[in-house]
Amino acid sequence: MKYVLMFVETEQFAADLAAMDDAERERAYGRVGQWFTEHADQVTRHVYLMPPESATTLRLDGGEPVITDGPFVEGKEIVSGFAEIDVDNLDAALRLAKSWPGCPLVEVRPIAAT
Amino acid sequence: MTATPKDELARVVRDHAGRLAAALVGLTGDFATAEDMVQDAVEAALTHWPAEGIPERPDAWLFTVARRRGLDHLKRQARYRSKLALLHWPTQPEPDDRLRLIFTCCHPALPRTGQIALTLRAVCGLTTAQIARAFLLPETTIGQRITRAKRKISEAGIPYRIPDPDELASRLSEVLAVIYLLFNEGYLATTGEVSHDRNLADDAEFLATLLHRLMPAEPEVMGLLALIRLHQARTAARFDADGRIIQLPDQDRSLWNHTVVTNAGDLIARAAAHRRPGPYQLQAAIVACHAEAKRWQDTDWPQILVLYTMLLRLQPSPVTRLHRAVALRYTDGPRAALAELEQLADTLDGYHLYHATRAELLRADNQPEMAQEADERALPLAANPAEIDLLRHRLPWR
Repeated sequence: MKYVLMFVETEQFAADLAAMDDAERERAYGRVGQWFTEHADQVTRHVYLMPPESATTLRLDGGEPVITDGPFVEGKEIVSGFAEIDVDNLDAALRLAKSWPGCPLVEVRPIAAT
Repeated sequence: MTATPKDELARVVRDHAGRLAAALVGLTGDFATAEDMVQDAVEAALTHWPAEGIPERPDAWLFTVARRRGLDHLKRQARYRSKLALLHWPTQPEPDDRLRLIFTCCHPALPRTGQIALTLRAVCGLTTAQIARAFLLPETTIGQRITRAKRKISEAGIPYRIPDPDELASRLSEVLAVIYLLFNEGYLATTGEVSHDRNLADDAEFLATLLHRLMPAEPEVMGLLALIRLHQARTAARFDADGRIIQLPDQDRSLWNHTVVTNAGDLIARAAAHRRPGPYQLQAAIVACHAEAKRWQDTDWPQILVLYTMLLRLQPSPVTRLHRAVALRYTDGPRAALAELEQLADTLDGYHLYHATRAELLRADNQPEMAQEADERALPLAANPAEIDLLRHRLPWR
């Protein structure tokens, strides 16, 4: 089954990351890179998103599309990336997500069969 | 106690429905469909058996009906029809597959309410209507919980499997929590008179017994089973003829089932030999201290205090602290206990037993006015009719 792991950053996580010195931050990124290498056979693709300030949201349910600056929800928890994985079942997806060394929140959601 | 026809019916359904569900999930590979088939068969059994008698082979009867219903319902789904058409009884001398069923029903990706409803239906063979009656909820609510849980199982890909050894501890604690909640629900709802056709406390005991048989080396399973049995051994003494709660010091201990108490004590000792203590073992040990005391005066309070201290270390909780304070009353006096309660005032202000306990301690400390005030605080917070009644009796009625 295919799932998407949605990686969610919290304010605390962003603050911790910002407080790190360059070497520490390098190591943190290194752990994430290593995770992707180790699980290359299960992760079919992955993306890291630019920060939420770079987002633009469109509302199309009005008539004329309304364009606003920022993400669709203003929150303390921000989706920062996705990985698509292909594993046997939810337990395997959860096992993979548990080993994620990056941000502190991960949503696991199945991809609808097409 | 002799089993009534109602108990016997519940027992037979309990013994066979989950087994059949487990076998059919394994055979069809489809949890929701298999569970629906068994539910249909259970409902048919509850219609036919009381009048016609329980068949000689209830398992074969349930299987035949489940399969027939399945074939009827699945006319459009060729995939399952062809699988079902090939099913024959006995399916095979399959090992008891209910462990997989239990772990699937209690998967942490399901909400607690869904875990409970699904476990009762799929593993214990309760009907949706019976679950609704036991929880005093509308049948549609329970129906929705079941439907949602089953949809999640299929859409999210929750597997039908026993967790790997490294996942087992956390997954098992999920199962134990479900059984414990069921037991509490059944135990607290119990009054002298049994009004339901299924007693959740019995179903919890059944589940714990089954789990212990399937996982004989798990000390926490033994602990939970002992805990449930120790409570059940004393049910007969808990209520008077009018269904009023009789408190522990006033209970007639000759009404307790002392064989069950002794066996539960052995179970706790065997669990302890594994040297993996846990909250259920400790709670069982505490209840055993009460159950093994010949008279109220013989209660081993210092031992109970030690056990509560250990329990608090493993699982800090304000309610456990409250219980520990009760033990403290008997080892160090009501003042010491009241001082402990003082520290829980903020967190437990909305909990009726906090105020009821405080009332008792104040009364023991010769402060009757303050005690009455505390009882008055407790009354509107209590939900169980028998407990409300008990509090009312302590208050001069106005």
